[in-house]
Amino acid sequence: MASIDIANIQKSYGIHPVLHDVDLKIGDGEFVVLVGPSGCGKSTLLRMIAGLESVTSGEIRIAGRRVNELAPKDRDIAMVFQSYALYPHMSVAKNMSYSLRLRKTAKEKIASIVSSAAAKLGLDPLLERRPRALSGGQRQRVAMGRAIVREPKAFLFDEPLSNLDARLREQMRAEIKKLHKDLGATSIYVTHDQIEAMTLADRIVAMNGGFVQQVGSPLDLYDRPANLFVAGFIGSPGMNFFEGTYLNGTAPRFETEGGVVIPAQPHPALTDGARATLGIRPEHVEIGAEAPDALKATVDLVEPTGFGIILHLSFGRSGFKAFTNDRRFLNASGSLPVRLPVERLHFFNAAGNRV
Amino acid sequence: MRAKPLFLTIAHRLAILAYIAFALFPLYWLLKVAVTPNDLLYSEGIRLWPSHASLEHFDFVLRHSAFPVFFRNSLIVSGSTAVIVTILASLSGYALSRFNFRGKYWLVALMLLTQMFPLVMLVAPIFKILSPLGLTNSLTGLVIVYTAFNVPFATFLMQSFFDGIPKDLEEAAMIDGATQFVAFRQIILPLTLPGIAATLGFVFTAAWSELLFSLMLISGNDQATFPVGLLSFVSKFSVDFGQMMAAGVLALIPACLFFLLIQRYLVQGLTAGAVKG
Repeated sequence: MASIDIANIQKSYGIHPVLHDVDLKIGDGEFVVLVGPSGCGKSTLLRMIAGLESVTSGEIRIAGRRVNELAPKDRDIAMVFQSYALYPHMSVAKNMSYSLRLRKTAKEKIASIVSSAAAKLGLDPLLERRPRALSGGQRQRVAMGRAIVREPKAFLFDEPLSNLDARLREQMRAEIKKLHKDLGATSIYVTHDQIEAMTLADRIVAMNGGFVQQVGSPLDLYDRPANLFVAGFIGSPGMNFFEGTYLNGTAPRFETEGGVVIPAQPHPALTDGARATLGIRPEHVEIGAEAPDALKATVDLVEPTGFGIILHLSFGRSGFKAFTNDRRFLNASGSLPVRLPVERLHFFNAAGNRV
Repeated sequence: MRAKPLFLTIAHRLAILAYIAFALFPLYWLLKVAVTPNDLLYSEGIRLWPSHASLEHFDFVLRHSAFPVFFRNSLIVSGSTAVIVTILASLSGYALSRFNFRGKYWLVALMLLTQMFPLVMLVAPIFKILSPLGLTNSLTGLVIVYTAFNVPFATFLMQSFFDGIPKDLEEAAMIDGATQFVAFRQIILPLTLPGIAATLGFVFTAAWSELLFSLMLISGNDQATFPVGLLSFVSKFSVDFGQMMAAGVLALIPACLFFLLIQRYLVQGLTAGAVKG
């Protein structure tokens, strides 16, 4: 187990920068998830920690030791790949023990380590099989087994669940979390799936365009997104945004471009008449509330998900979504009274940052 | 799937049969002439099989001609060429597939360029180069020349096999504690066996049947390879067809054995890339 320090890391391919000044301290035993859309640099960062990509500038330390120049094999880390990367010509047992055999570990010791890892992952009956005779979930388990036999300083996961179907992904997600609880190993996990990020992480690092957008606990990112990117990326269905103007005065309010006036709390950081974006999560939109400050919204579409209902609504031309568990709205049509509670509103300034 | 109508199946089989007959007929004729005794060769007209067959030509070729020497020389030259080329091509193919280095583009262009010249153009210069080195009239010289000519194509062949193996595998091995070379040897090479077999087979047959250079670089019987040796059955006034064909049949044996050995990998190799690692 070890801490990982990433200081001012930059990466460019030729003249194309892909990572800008990334600073990150990962504590011993922490589970950190790097999340962002494809091409945001999260996998590159992970591969730099693994030693598979060179560092353009900055420093990476594992357990206090600078590793910039170290070969992957000398960093004492384990990695789980999206494609599993199992050795097709070796049995499951041989796959799992490859790293130990390279280190000339005694045969009896290898056997006991492999069998205990296999027991942990439920791979006992499969040890003599070749990878091609395994299902996707089993291959995924073997890939994890290969990582845990070594008791490395840190685990790196590169979108390990992306090749699995939805049901299996859910199951493996829980298994990874359980495994982390048991082993307490420092883990860095890359994904583009915000649900995986939310459920697994101690801390999430949201990335976009090679920049770290926000670092914080899952609920931090959900409750107080630092900017429009994080606000839109975290949460499903995604946050609703309205462009418009913030108006101060006796009653602070927000006027959307379509002319809808939404009551707001006073925001000292916004001046009267400032351009701003208002955000509200679909699950925080109150519908059917007969309150004096209720607004009229048109129902465009109703999407039942079983667990709840997603309503596609609109104020004039600006559409937004609302999420409710109330089945009365299953057949909603025409128009509905809608309330956007002031304490649930997020404001972002013209630069897209939270105010 | 619906069963195909019977007549289509039959037509399909007949078409294949016709093709096979067409492709294999020269081989059949080779065998037929080889077992036809000399006295029947010109006297019987065109028949599919002589009225009586004999192995006298084989007997003569094996016991009274220099054919066993040619055969041995060819085995040495083709075998060494195949092994050396495959080793070199594995290494260079891997480098082209996995590494980015300065001048890579020009190297590839140069290798392609070497494939563009008709070999006849190069006979004289190569003779000029090898002669002062004492490499004419020697099997070593032939191996060097064949190796030089086969390495570029074999490299491209091996590169395409390496390209088909996901990079993740060696990265996983490197994280598991292997150096790049160990990962190459223990993880990548075993997965490239079909490619290695295909390359071995290709180079072996190319060297086995090469005539031009061995004809030009070798003089005298004791270093001649078998394609050159076959010409010794042609004399000024006649061609000894029976013995020539018998020698030809014998020369087919190693090539057939070789392909029999590697065909399992070869079929896999042709479908490589369709299977995900």
